[in-house]
Amino acid sequence: MKVFSRNWYKGLNLTAFSLVMAFLYIPILILIIFSFNDSRIIAGWQGFTFKYYILLFQNTAIKEAFRNTMMIAMLSTLISTTLGILTALALENKRFSGRKGLLALIYTPLVIPDILMGVSLALLFNFTRVNTGMITVLIAHVTFCISYTVIVVQSRLEGFDHSLVEAAQDLGARPSYIFWKIKFPLMMPGIIAAALLAFTLSIDDFIITFFTSGRGFDTLPIYVEGTIRRGTITTINSLSTLMIAFTLFLVVITKRIRKILVSAL
Amino acid sequence: MEDIILENVSKDFGSFTAVDGVSLTIKSGELFSFLGPSGCGKTTLLRMIAGFETPTSGTIRLGNQEITDLPPYKREVNTIFQNYSLFPHMTLFDNVAFGLRIKKIPKAEIKDRVREMMTLVKMEDQAHKFPDQISGGQKQRIAIARALINKPRVLLLDEPLAALDLKLRQHMLIELMNIHDAVGITFIYVTHDQGEAMGISDRLAVMNLGKIVQEGPPDDIYERPASIFAAYFIGETNFITGQVKALYEDYLELSCDDGTGQSFEIDSSFQRPPVVGSRVTFSLRPEKIAISRNKPRAQDDINMLKGQIEDILYLGSHTQYIVRVGKLKFRVFSQHKRVYFDDKALDWEEKVWLFWHDTDTWMIEGDALEELTEAQLSEGGQLSRALKRRGS
Repeated sequence: MKVFSRNWYKGLNLTAFSLVMAFLYIPILILIIFSFNDSRIIAGWQGFTFKYYILLFQNTAIKEAFRNTMMIAMLSTLISTTLGILTALALENKRFSGRKGLLALIYTPLVIPDILMGVSLALLFNFTRVNTGMITVLIAHVTFCISYTVIVVQSRLEGFDHSLVEAAQDLGARPSYIFWKIKFPLMMPGIIAAALLAFTLSIDDFIITFFTSGRGFDTLPIYVEGTIRRGTITTINSLSTLMIAFTLFLVVITKRIRKILVSAL
Repeated sequence: MEDIILENVSKDFGSFTAVDGVSLTIKSGELFSFLGPSGCGKTTLLRMIAGFETPTSGTIRLGNQEITDLPPYKREVNTIFQNYSLFPHMTLFDNVAFGLRIKKIPKAEIKDRVREMMTLVKMEDQAHKFPDQISGGQKQRIAIARALINKPRVLLLDEPLAALDLKLRQHMLIELMNIHDAVGITFIYVTHDQGEAMGISDRLAVMNLGKIVQEGPPDDIYERPASIFAAYFIGETNFITGQVKALYEDYLELSCDDGTGQSFEIDSSFQRPPVVGSRVTFSLRPEKIAISRNKPRAQDDINMLKGQIEDILYLGSHTQYIVRVGKLKFRVFSQHKRVYFDDKALDWEEKVWLFWHDTDTWMIEGDALEELTEAQLSEGGQLSRALKRRGS
């Protein structure tokens, strides 16, 4: 009886694991395989080639889109993380009377559909007659990243042991010294997590960027969508494969970055 | 020389008065304890000396300097926190060096002084570790090193042993005393554990409801409690209330009601003579009472009472007997020394004699019901029953 139930559980575990892995990784695997397929259209296997990787690096439009994406991602990460840190610190102050209301307002955008936010931003830029382009995309990205960064940093601060501040004061440290030597380093894992989240959200975003970029400023997702609409998919496969590799690289180095930054401070 | 002088210090939190008009002088080099139940204001008092709280009124002086409103980082005072509060992202070396780095002391000197401190607390070979890699007792040592390296005039210790287990606590207590002897500065120790406070202190202050109830050396407070609360909180005791029947030059005669209408008489010494006929309370420590099934030889200065054993609690180092005299209950501690001739062990329901030297009955002025809170009264069950029945 015991043996039976143990086997039964084992089978269940294995099934669940296989299903999850299949759902998550089969599409990606196919994408990677077909990035080496020697065919201009979506078709069966025609033979192995590096051609589209070479084409990818010769394509100036892709390079431009990549540059735009990276610039927007880095700037919006920097701005939204900084604002996130400041807001989280402000929310920590118990004497700040609007604290609960503000926190609720910060949480709300997380559940607002992207398309709503995209349309509302497009309307805003139209209404204020701001020329769409890099600046509007940047503003839009900061807007949707900021809720995430505040929440991540704030949750880290919530577990902060205030007696450490008292201990540092007791040992002769002034408030600014305490902030840079005690509080900031201990916030660091939260800050890194917030920055990474903002960075990936920004790289990834299509809908909001679509509504706020206008003509002439393409990020990678916008470019990919446009290219697929025109029917060529091959360079897109190789581009996507490279992006997957880049993401994996980020995941791997995250832990290292965190360690280096914490010990450096 | 005085190190810490508190003058009429009070602290209110909203409508709650945590510390109520405390005045106190702590001498330089002294190991002084604040002892009291939780909520008595002892930690608030310590936090005001450290600078984490500002008194609502009154002044605090450190030597000649008034420090009442000085921020914590400007005081020559360091604190050992209850949970140690070591910086988790720094090595033990960096934790201990923290105070010196703020003072911008040269690197080579920091290294020497940290090593010296780590040696004092016997942690010299662990400097490279992080706080989460060491045990509670070791964290305690690092916290001590981190505070003492700044050469404070006063070291404040806020329930420093509360988080350790019993054996380690006893060990660290001796260690703390040794460190105190080695560095020679003033230690102010806050605890709710009377054993710790008695063992470690040169002097201590018993606190209750924001006030100092009594201050003095441990033996003084134990043997000669000035109030019902002090007698109740420090150690264990029997309270006896009675009417002063006669007053002589060096002793008095007391008539006590045993609760059944019968009364018994005991003699006691006194410090200040009470009025004949007045009602007074006495404290009688359980270990001062001898217990025997044989009637002891009558002597002038020995009090004798006949009772019946109601309960026997074997406690290892001693046995606690609950002995009923009328409706009163006496607690008696009897050590297990095998030099007595009363070789057959006492048994339940056995009739026994209680006897003690009359100077061991210690008269206390004041009214128990006013000095103890309801909760404290119900803890000292015997006391409340005895006092309430008498309606005093």
